[in-house]
Amino acid sequence: MATRDVKLLGTWSCPYVNRVQLALKLKSIEYKFIEDNPYNRSDILVKNNPVLKKIPVLIHGNKSVCESLVIVQYIDDAWPIGPSLLPSDAYDRALARFWATYTDDNWYPLIKMLRQAEGKEEKEAIIAKLTQGLIVLEDAFVICGKGKDYFGGENIGYIDIVLGSSLAWLRVTEIVVGVQLLDHTRTPGLAKWAERVISNDVFKDVLPETKKLLELHEKIQAFIKSST
Amino acid sequence: MADEVILLDAHYSMFGMRVRLALAEKGIEYEYREENLANKSPLLLEMNPVHKKIPVLIHNKKPICESLIIVQYIDEVWKDKSPLLPSDPYQRAQARFWADFIDKKMYESGGKIWKTKGEEKEAGKKEFIENIKLLEGVLGEKPYFGGEEFGYLDVALITFYSWFYAYETVGEFSIEQHCPKLIEWGKRCMERESVSKSLADPHKVYDFVLMLRKKYGVE
Repeated sequence: MATRDVKLLGTWSCPYVNRVQLALKLKSIEYKFIEDNPYNRSDILVKNNPVLKKIPVLIHGNKSVCESLVIVQYIDDAWPIGPSLLPSDAYDRALARFWATYTDDNWYPLIKMLRQAEGKEEKEAIIAKLTQGLIVLEDAFVICGKGKDYFGGENIGYIDIVLGSSLAWLRVTEIVVGVQLLDHTRTPGLAKWAERVISNDVFKDVLPETKKLLELHEKIQAFIKSST
Repeated sequence: MADEVILLDAHYSMFGMRVRLALAEKGIEYEYREENLANKSPLLLEMNPVHKKIPVLIHNKKPICESLIIVQYIDEVWKDKSPLLPSDPYQRAQARFWADFIDKKMYESGGKIWKTKGEEKEAGKKEFIENIKLLEGVLGEKPYFGGEEFGYLDVALITFYSWFYAYETVGEFSIEQHCPKLIEWGKRCMERESVSKSLADPHKVYDFVLMLRKKYGVE
């Protein structure tokens, strides 16, 4: 069955884009990646996401889908053949959606805030929130994973994609700030899960390398300093 | 075995109203429990330990939190009556995108109108009008956001309609002047029994907002 043409607007370093790449890869969907620089938005981005003007944008045939969580669910709905990304049980699906929203609204934004924080007190306050969040996510892993390797159970699922895509910048933040956020003592299940995820072939292919992200981080920092 | 469905809610919450509305659309019997948000019940704290917020739907002892997640859950479990989400994947993605937009943008801009004053309030008003104009554009010429049938995005937005009078009165502007088609849509939805019985009275919402403004010293 021919796949209508699929394009993804995004940039290699953006975890929201990485999520979509993970979903496409898990479903074995061929697509064209169009690099779009978030600091210099292209016309094609503005045309396909006029409301929010953000990446990622999935262009499927002549239709655009925006917002990473919406896109991942769209991919699961539009390509029902292949592994399901969301659980089959309605209650488990509600839980998956809850934890994805939690990750995006309550936890992940803290990572960038930590990198940008000035002063010891501010950093410590954010670190406390981040580590508390990880403890909450450890509980979520126990409930959703049901003793298996991933949040999705035996196979990679929705939360694995959403939370897993944050691991690259989490690692860079740990290095830059000099703090271990994800550790085996506080959150053993989650720490093991993270190791499993970053050594998984699909994730290895998509997630940016720590070294490259660190270089990008340094470039961004230099740019910020030079413009203030 | 009969389903046990309990809803922890607060009367004036536009998020809680969405769940009441979805349950009404599906004809589901449930027990409504009003929460005092200044003194949350042990059950609420147990069922939503992460956010400690309403609404929470408790279905056969299992909690589901976050209004849009609850509405989707209700739609999926009680799928034989009044489908809310579109069946087409692209239409479904559009409905999810705009429902998320309502939660992120409209709630914030609407909040600025009644929670703040001066420049911040004016900025909130301007954003709110931009947001509703966009939504009116999405509605287009259709009777409902769901097309010919009342659907998920209608559920997501119509509960804000009960707060329009409060926004307009505190903000001193007319939504109808900017978005007449949206107001027509609102009135059309209100003709549905499920909607009129699930939404709070707009005048009572306004009184509630005035009480909160006094409490937080906004006047």
